[in-house]
Amino acid sequence: MSNTGIGKRVKRKEDRRFLTGKGRYTDDINLPRQAFAHFVRSPHACAKINGIDASEALSQDGVLGVYTGADWVADQLGGLPCGWLVKSKNGADQVEPPHLPLAPEVARHVGDPVAVVIARTKELAKEAASMVEVDYDDMPASGTLAKAITPDAPQVWPDASGNVSFDWEVGDEAAQQAAFAEADRIVEIEVTNNRVIPNAMEPRAAVASYDPNADSYTLYTTSQNPHLIRLLLSAFVMQIPEHKLQVIAPDVGGGFGSKIYPYSEEVVCTWTSKKVGVPVKWTADRSEAFMSDAHGRGHITKAQMAVKNDGTMLAFRVETYADLGAYLSTFATATPTYLYAPLLCGIYKMKAVYANVKGIFTHTVPVDAYRGAGRPEATYLVERMVDKVAGELGIDRIELRRKNMIQKDEFPYQTPLIFQFDTGDFEACLDTALEAIDFAGFEARRAEAASRGMLRGIGVSTYVEACGLAPSAAAGALGARAGLYESAIIRVHPTGSVTVFTGTHSHGQGHETAFAQIVAEKLGMEVDNITVEHGDTEKISFGMGSYGSRSLAVGGSAISKATDKVIEKGRKIAAHLLEASADDIDFEGGEYKVKGTDKVLPFGAVAFTAYVPHNYPHEELEPGLEESAFYDPANFTFPGGCHITEVEIDPETGVVKVVDVAAADDIGTVINPMIVDGQVHGGLVQGIGQALYEEAVYDDDGQLKSGTYMNYTMPRAADFPMFKVGFHVTACTHNPLGSKGVGEVGSIGVPPSVINAVLDALKPTGVTDISMPATAQKVWRAIQEAKAAQAAE
Amino acid sequence: MQDFAYHNPGSVADAVAALKGADDGKFLAGGQSFIPVLRLGLAEPSDVINLKGLSDLQGIRDGGDHIAIGALVTHAEVETSDLVKGALPGLATMAGHIGDPQVRNRGTLGGSVAHADPAADYPAALIALKATVVTDRREIASSDFFRGLFETTLEEDEIITQVKFPKAEKAGYGKFASTASKYALVGVFVAKHGSEVRVAVTGASARYFRVAAMEQALAAHWSADALDGIVVPPDDLQSDMEADAAYRAHLVGVMAKRAVSAAG
Ligand SMILES: Cc1cc2nc3c(=O)[nH]c(=O)nc-3n(C[C@H](O)[C@H](O)[C@H](O)COP(=O)(O)OP(=O)(O)OC[C@H]3O[C@@H](n4cnc5c(N)ncnc54)[C@H](O)[C@@H]3O)c2cc1C
Repeated sequence: MSNTGIGKRVKRKEDRRFLTGKGRYTDDINLPRQAFAHFVRSPHACAKINGIDASEALSQDGVLGVYTGADWVADQLGGLPCGWLVKSKNGADQVEPPHLPLAPEVARHVGDPVAVVIARTKELAKEAASMVEVDYDDMPASGTLAKAITPDAPQVWPDASGNVSFDWEVGDEAAQQAAFAEADRIVEIEVTNNRVIPNAMEPRAAVASYDPNADSYTLYTTSQNPHLIRLLLSAFVMQIPEHKLQVIAPDVGGGFGSKIYPYSEEVVCTWTSKKVGVPVKWTADRSEAFMSDAHGRGHITKAQMAVKNDGTMLAFRVETYADLGAYLSTFATATPTYLYAPLLCGIYKMKAVYANVKGIFTHTVPVDAYRGAGRPEATYLVERMVDKVAGELGIDRIELRRKNMIQKDEFPYQTPLIFQFDTGDFEACLDTALEAIDFAGFEARRAEAASRGMLRGIGVSTYVEACGLAPSAAAGALGARAGLYESAIIRVHPTGSVTVFTGTHSHGQGHETAFAQIVAEKLGMEVDNITVEHGDTEKISFGMGSYGSRSLAVGGSAISKATDKVIEKGRKIAAHLLEASADDIDFEGGEYKVKGTDKVLPFGAVAFTAYVPHNYPHEELEPGLEESAFYDPANFTFPGGCHITEVEIDPETGVVKVVDVAAADDIGTVINPMIVDGQVHGGLVQGIGQALYEEAVYDDDGQLKSGTYMNYTMPRAADFPMFKVGFHVTACTHNPLGSKGVGEVGSIGVPPSVINAVLDALKPTGVTDISMPATAQKVWRAIQEAKAAQAAE
Repeated sequence: MQDFAYHNPGSVADAVAALKGADDGKFLAGGQSFIPVLRLGLAEPSDVINLKGLSDLQGIRDGGDHIAIGALVTHAEVETSDLVKGALPGLATMAGHIGDPQVRNRGTLGGSVAHADPAADYPAALIALKATVVTDRREIASSDFFRGLFETTLEEDEIITQVKFPKAEKAGYGKFASTASKYALVGVFVAKHGSEVRVAVTGASARYFRVAAMEQALAAHWSADALDGIVVPPDDLQSDMEADAAYRAHLVGVMAKRAVSAAG
């Protein structure tokens, strides 16, 4: 028996170092003789580079070099690749322009790096960078998605006419149209999904060095997936053979997707470390992070739903414009297509869904996957629409959801859009959340609030999402340019303690604890005997890293498989020692036992024998006890659930206060309830942040207006009530752990519940629509406009 | 950040001398406004003179008809001071609404007043409460002290030692904070001194201003309802993403009423 196995609230092993300031982040790494990089960034959203004069910078004592896009081109190196090929409905490939780490001819967004200065000190690098004179021709820009899709908008790329990278579709349009013809009513909605800035607590950083003797490079970087960085840098960008490039992602302080992708800065540090002959270090300051980290979301959508008067949802038609930014980042084209549109059914049974998505270039920093990546955008649209349908048909919004949702006995359920859901119980999640928030008692609370002059509202959202992008073969057929499996090695040491090597990466999720719990459960030991290693391409055979809530469902499954192999090998060793047939040996509670006897051998004794094989079945087995596994899932996993938010609005100021939140999630098997609570809390905060506070604002000309914490609102702890987090688990049917994933559920499920709550609260005022973020000014103005409209009637 | 010489004087005279001796010297108190300015490279002083060692600038004292607060007293100390809470609860409330706990634990009265940020809270309190700024060389009425955007009548080498706040009969503050920065988008401090009322507004415009119509209405009848129908024209008010001029003008009215209600 393990006291620290699956399902236990084990305190996080990593927290001692995190909470005492002993974490080892990239910026904590200092190599002997290192120099510092500072980037010269475009202040213009679109500008032709006529020339760069670095003579003054180069004349400074201590400046080791200044490099530009022209130097990169001269070295005949590649660009940062896009990881997914999306095809337009006419069969054409996405327009995929080159993305060189330093823009050689045209800068295409504010913050686009055009040159780098390498100097002995950070201060000198910064000062010298200000001496680099770039001769720009400022050109007109498409600074916003809304502007980029207008007929005469400035073009970001000559090859992308109308700024369209791809015009993609999914779903059976004829079936959708047929269902629309049967409808009693077509309900329409227009929504925007606000663009946000990830704001990981640790800004991006890189330290690269070149060893001329071995002709090899080492790169420390803030990455969610060091192997992917090595693969892309090797195969596409720098053409360094993989065995000559070691990538290490040490402790990483949050990513939310923004640290999946290879970025210019880490490439340039690696490239210049050979040129200047000393290690090169760069750490973003917060202002750089705002303008150079990949942003998230950024959709404009029009949709119609066909319904019967009895509330039956028949079909859904969706047209979305997705902001891609100026270059295609790694998952930029997958996120608004395959990670978005297949979830437009929500949890509802509809005959047909058709979606058309146009990926649009803008003169802004690239947009890519951000916590939830496509699924929040889908959920927001669907759940706003469901409330709108309820309103137009005069049907109770809960009843409407119940009537149309997939029932628990209908799994596996084939949706009209690619996915087959394996399990779930959406109604149980709905009921759990309704009860947790005391939905039945809401009207009394509304009345009480009204007596204080406050408008109280409650909003419901359900969701289903897709995690652990898989299987590799299917994803490859849809355009993925990488595999989607995960690897694990279980190394049992002679005395029975264990080191686990995983290809996933933890940037705060607690893998060192949760993954150890899986092994502890299986081997019947405690987590203190187990160390989890990740993040170093020299230690770990291969891995796809952490994103899309995949680490447990995919990486944990690989660990589970490898541990099973260890147990099997140990069984053979035990059989030999106990003089029994392997078939007669049970493994339980950390002991091998001969069935029906009291002959037992602890796991540690078997491990010892494997390494001191004096009495050992040498004919049959090699010594040692180490096993590896690669796990390629049979399907995505599909977490689902229900989030309910209660708000109070001050009608005099428009301030929206979240007063209660209940979340009931089905995330499959829970390994560590404490970690899972934390993941849900963080996701809810980020989701409510998007709904009420956060917005990356560019003006039409592409200047970033929300480039500091003075004008970009991060949610704060004091903005929230205590969350009511609950679970209703149905185990995933196709992975060994039964786990689905929890990393993103909060940010997926909660935003529409917040806006639905705001609109519920505003009902007495006549306001019927509000966009995210529902800031005080926006809410107040909506109330004034509704008043004026009513007065005019 | 540029290198600079650092001084840690033990007396006001030494601090002034250090500044006089510097090419381009700056005083440092809680650092909550000055350090960000330094880090962004917006100031590149040759010398930084830390005032933290000046014990004369500490402490909150009851001056009979006023409360004297030392320039180095932090916002958190004002927020929690029994003396302030007893005599001028509105001032304690105001201090408790500055920034966040970290800012309040380091930021000081003197620093806030000297910095004269148009969105800072203290200036409204100083004006409405008819406070006097005391420096190492003179006393300045708050109405003469603030000049405009980050501008005061202080000399380069002049040190604020304390601020004297008359014990107004009633005082209250209504603040509408930026969700991002927590600075005031609109802050209204109201104070009643016998028959005279002052209503001072911060955050809404590039300069603190008083609202005469509100002052007259409240002098005639001290109640939130007295402010009904008094509108502040949006013409000279600030507009930014979070609050445009029309919204700010509306908020001045709402916050003024809330300030009066809070003052009791
Ligand atoms: C995140 C954040 C949020 C904030 N929110 C608010 C808010 O909501 N409301 C608000 O009012 N303020 C806010 N502030 C500012 C804060 O109140 C600062 O404390 C204040 O502006 C400056 O005080 P300080 O002691 O930190 O001064 P410093 O930053 O050390 O100095 C500021 C300036 O004053 C000068 N100075 C300091 N002391 C003296 C003195 N005794 N005599 C002469 N000159 C002096 C310095 O030379 C410098 O020019 C916020 C700050 C931050 C960082």
